[in-house]
Amino acid sequence: MTVARRASTWVPLAAGLGLLVTWEAIVRLRGIPPFILPAPSVVLKTLWDNLDSLFVSWLFTIKITFGALALALAGGVLLACAFALSRPLELALFPFAIALQVTPIVAIAPLILIYVDSTTASLLICAFIVAFFPILSNTLIGLRAADPNLQDLLTLYGATRWQRLRWLLVPSALPYLIAGLKISGGLALIGAVVAEFAAGAAGRETGLASRILEASFRTEIPKMYAALTLVVLTGVAIYLLTRVLSRALLGRWHPSEQG
Amino acid sequence: MSTAIELIAVDKRFESGVTALKGLSTTIWPGQFVALLGPSGCGKSTVLRLIAGLEQPTSGEVRLNGVPASKRAAPMSYVFQEPTLMPWASVLDNVALPLRIAGASRSAARAAALEALEDVGLAERASAYPAELSGGMKMRCSIARALISRPAVLLLDEPFAALDEMTRHRLNDELLAQWGARSPTAVFVTHSVYEAVYLSQRVLVLGERPGRMIADLPIALPAPRAASLRLEESFLEQCRRVSHALEGGIAAGVLA
Repeated sequence: MTVARRASTWVPLAAGLGLLVTWEAIVRLRGIPPFILPAPSVVLKTLWDNLDSLFVSWLFTIKITFGALALALAGGVLLACAFALSRPLELALFPFAIALQVTPIVAIAPLILIYVDSTTASLLICAFIVAFFPILSNTLIGLRAADPNLQDLLTLYGATRWQRLRWLLVPSALPYLIAGLKISGGLALIGAVVAEFAAGAAGRETGLASRILEASFRTEIPKMYAALTLVVLTGVAIYLLTRVLSRALLGRWHPSEQG
Repeated sequence: MSTAIELIAVDKRFESGVTALKGLSTTIWPGQFVALLGPSGCGKSTVLRLIAGLEQPTSGEVRLNGVPASKRAAPMSYVFQEPTLMPWASVLDNVALPLRIAGASRSAARAAALEALEDVGLAERASAYPAELSGGMKMRCSIARALISRPAVLLLDEPFAALDEMTRHRLNDELLAQWGARSPTAVFVTHSVYEAVYLSQRVLVLGERPGRMIADLPIALPAPRAASLRLEESFLEQCRRVSHALEGGIAAGVLA
């Protein structure tokens, strides 16, 4: 058990390290120039040299990502609760949620950028649109998956709607919500980056996507890789955060966190 | 405190077209422990759900102390075939649930729950989660939850059917001790003749679908029941009587 758990930490780390070493070796042995494929050491050095400008952009992307994720969580959960309590509301609004989900974000981002004055706000909206559907859909399924016998029991004890929500529906939906959050976390980052590409690199308040665009205009390949590295690290960090959250909330009782 | 249950010419037909119950009439007296016995699919559980007001009769009436069951005027508890615990809550919080719904504070509900768990010998597992308990312990927890609200009517739907025989015997005795302490009106659904006779003062036998009453047998055995009763001739004689009624009813159903 502990051996398996330790392996689950070391194996992916070793695999990642192995990949980087191989990459470095191939670039060096073949003498591939950095404007075609920079070695990891060059990417790291570029990252260090440009840390000031990249760090500010990184913070901006993180702000958009987590802002959108927080909005998606609040909006998705509230809407799911409303749908679970009112069937007509669900019938009326769920098609719009699906329409938003299936429309490619790059196709609506330019419109949003035109209608909304603040670039930050429009980026937030774009990332939110991408991120909120998995939370809405999963939470709704979770709210409906409550044990029917427990439902009857609460009816028998005369529970109010609010008590039913608090003591039965929300805990039942929690594993589903967490599963949705794991998907939405990555999607929020994708949404934040893609929307910024659609917005184009402009202004002072810009994120990592703008750095990547700028670097590509100047064919600064190592800098593109440096910015990309930060995007990937952010995504991995978000995934690990949702893992920690899942363990903390479901660890003692849900089968998905056992064994 | 206790409540009389009346079923008056109750028919129950489901939307699927299945007729579960046909012309069911009986009166269960306050504080009586009644076993509802019958083959599977005869509508035993439907009777419980009608008494609980979770289903409405298609025709006829179900009344508790003269009030329609759908009004839920009497405090009631229900024990399902599965323990039906909240997996995300500790044993203590599971047992405290009915009091919390009734508006008790967290600390008051927990104190009462701990007492209820002591009564069923589960106090030292109060902070465990349901997944960490054996089947018998989960059922004890479920029974503790059912009794904590001091129900006037206790409905039990084959609660021990999934347990091994030794555990079932022990839980039968524990249930009787708990019931004896407060004497709510109890309706116990089972398909075991022995369990029905051992637990109850009266056995109602239902025939095959659609469920009709085919026998109403008082059980003349001393109370409180003791485990040694299971081997006594008087107990076995009662079991024989109930078995005959059950088999006679099934045979009649086949011939009809």
